[in-house]
Amino acid sequence: MSSIKTPLLTVENLGVRFPIKSNMFFKQKTYLYAVDDVSFEIQRGETLAIVGESGSGKTTAALATARLVTAYSGNITLDNTDMLQIQKEKLRQARTKVQFIFQDPYSSLNPRLRAEEIVKEPLNSLTKFSSKKKQTLVDELFKAVGLRPEQQRLFPHQFSGGQRQRIGIARALATQPELIICDEPVSALDVAVQAQILNLLRELQSKYELTYLFISHDLGVVQHMCDHIAVMYMGKIVEYADRLSLFNSPLHPYTSALLSAIPSVDKKRRENTKRILIPGDPPDPINPPLGCRFANRCPVAQDICFKEEPLLNQIKSGQKVACHLVDKEAKSPLSNLD
Amino acid sequence: MTEPLLSVQNLRIELNTRDGVAPVIDDFSFDLFPGEAISFVGESGCGKSMTALGIMGLLPDGVGKIASGSINFAGEDLATADDKRLRNIRGNEISMIFQEPMTSLNPVYTIGEQIAEVLRAHQGLSRQASWSKAIELLDAVRIPNPQARVSDYPFQMSGGQRQRVMIAIALACEPKILIADEPTTALDVTVQAQIFDLLNDLRKQTGTAIILITHDMGAVAEMAERMIVMYAGRKVEEGPVQQVIDNAGHPYTQGLISCVPHILEKLTTERQTLQEVPGIVPSLRDFGKDQCLFATRCKYVSEKCNNVRPTEIEFESSQTVACWHTERKQ
Repeated sequence: MSSIKTPLLTVENLGVRFPIKSNMFFKQKTYLYAVDDVSFEIQRGETLAIVGESGSGKTTAALATARLVTAYSGNITLDNTDMLQIQKEKLRQARTKVQFIFQDPYSSLNPRLRAEEIVKEPLNSLTKFSSKKKQTLVDELFKAVGLRPEQQRLFPHQFSGGQRQRIGIARALATQPELIICDEPVSALDVAVQAQILNLLRELQSKYELTYLFISHDLGVVQHMCDHIAVMYMGKIVEYADRLSLFNSPLHPYTSALLSAIPSVDKKRRENTKRILIPGDPPDPINPPLGCRFANRCPVAQDICFKEEPLLNQIKSGQKVACHLVDKEAKSPLSNLD
Repeated sequence: MTEPLLSVQNLRIELNTRDGVAPVIDDFSFDLFPGEAISFVGESGCGKSMTALGIMGLLPDGVGKIASGSINFAGEDLATADDKRLRNIRGNEISMIFQEPMTSLNPVYTIGEQIAEVLRAHQGLSRQASWSKAIELLDAVRIPNPQARVSDYPFQMSGGQRQRVMIAIALACEPKILIADEPTTALDVTVQAQIFDLLNDLRKQTGTAIILITHDMGAVAEMAERMIVMYAGRKVEEGPVQQVIDNAGHPYTQGLISCVPHILEKLTTERQTLQEVPGIVPSLRDFGKDQCLFATRCKYVSEKCNNVRPTEIEFESSQTVACWHTERKQ
């Protein structure tokens, strides 16, 4: 490896589309563009969070990264491997490097397998280790995620939600991956248990030098976990920034609205944050509007926003925004609003 | 001081389980004043929803029942009221909105019919009058173009809109109390903000008292004036929201607040250490024991906690705590 920092994962112009039931007579296929021209990269050992409302395409982008859905355009490079070109054995090897932690610990574990078998599954299908080596690994993994050795023989229903998520984490760690995609890893858990899992994820990250792609709609959790954030809206990245820039000086009106919508326990924040209301719902994703996709809900939209699609521009170091109204001075377009 | 609108005294709700009868709500008391917004906070399985169902007379038949205590609503004890009377009160004087706006509406009726049904049942309005009132209500909960949307079916609406319809149904008869059981958990944060604003505005207009059930301290801070923290069927802490957040008396409340990464006014490079509350809520079998039920997860635990149930102590002005170790902070 060269000494220049190369990102572990680079995603360029990724596009994922799903065919919509076509019209029987005209056979004209229409598509839903779930992810549209999305680019991001993650440095080794860092955490990138993708945030956005449901339906914004964050999970689809992550699934495409691990090739669990097929991208129709773009490039994905993971550790110098072109993820979209490789097949069979190569793909199998590449998949040992990227693993998933899923949202719902109740449905993501096979109820008919014992905990140890669940954790062994990726080893069975992706590696050629001997059974002895697999068992040693499983022992280590159980210890690493804070489960007792005697719990290996239990079935998923015998665990609590937090413990199940620990099994899911152990399974994700089994093949010694570099990148772990955490898709809403704590949103199905009780508040008190969330802290246990978040702390575990951070501890494992520093211990094994893991890189996380973290998907969440909970900005409190995101702020705690990530180094960089990509905000998605209707399949596009509208703002991409480091943690401090995004939370302290958001530039895209959607990001500002998202941040202002979070109920906070901090009295000062509640008093000083003006709620930016974005009325209505996102437009129909099958026929996305011309121009900026957020324009119809944006409190400061101008004529140009309805006509031309804004590009993701670097505004200042560490912050990219796709908005016509953000100028070079990096002033939020909402600052003129009172 | 005004009379409370709802006064629950020493409520005990029992559930039949495989291991016998368990008190899911154990000696629980609280007052709700007219126009006030309070919040029940706690993890799942702590009895928040059970209390709400008990007040509404909606406990599952044959499984749960109110064993003792009283629910005093406007001079009437709901704990002993008969089904007919309760049916009259439900949706009329006390209404409830649920967590899942997807499943709490009937998919085969238009939303207009579902709103009008309430008005016909409780206010004896005619078909036509109830229909036009339904349109007014949709307008009041800010559904755009209510004239047209009133004949839509639930599947034609988004999650946020469905929750608005639920609110319209719940507020149709201008109830004195609205119980909102995790009304925004299934919704996106921007939609959640819209729903909270709507509830706050409607509360100002109609003077409806609100009981918000949630586990999100941020939501509590935004919506309620007073909070009641519940653990394993018991009240562990009660007090004015900001006062409790700034100075929680019970270790469980402290845990609930410090285990969540909060967004503060200014973010710094420093990250908050999340305090874990180890373990989980005890199983129903252990509910009702004469001890502090939080003892197994508490770092301050002592001999006494394991043997005697703590009594409620006034901790600071208008803040009560049920813990044997409240003095540790002074």
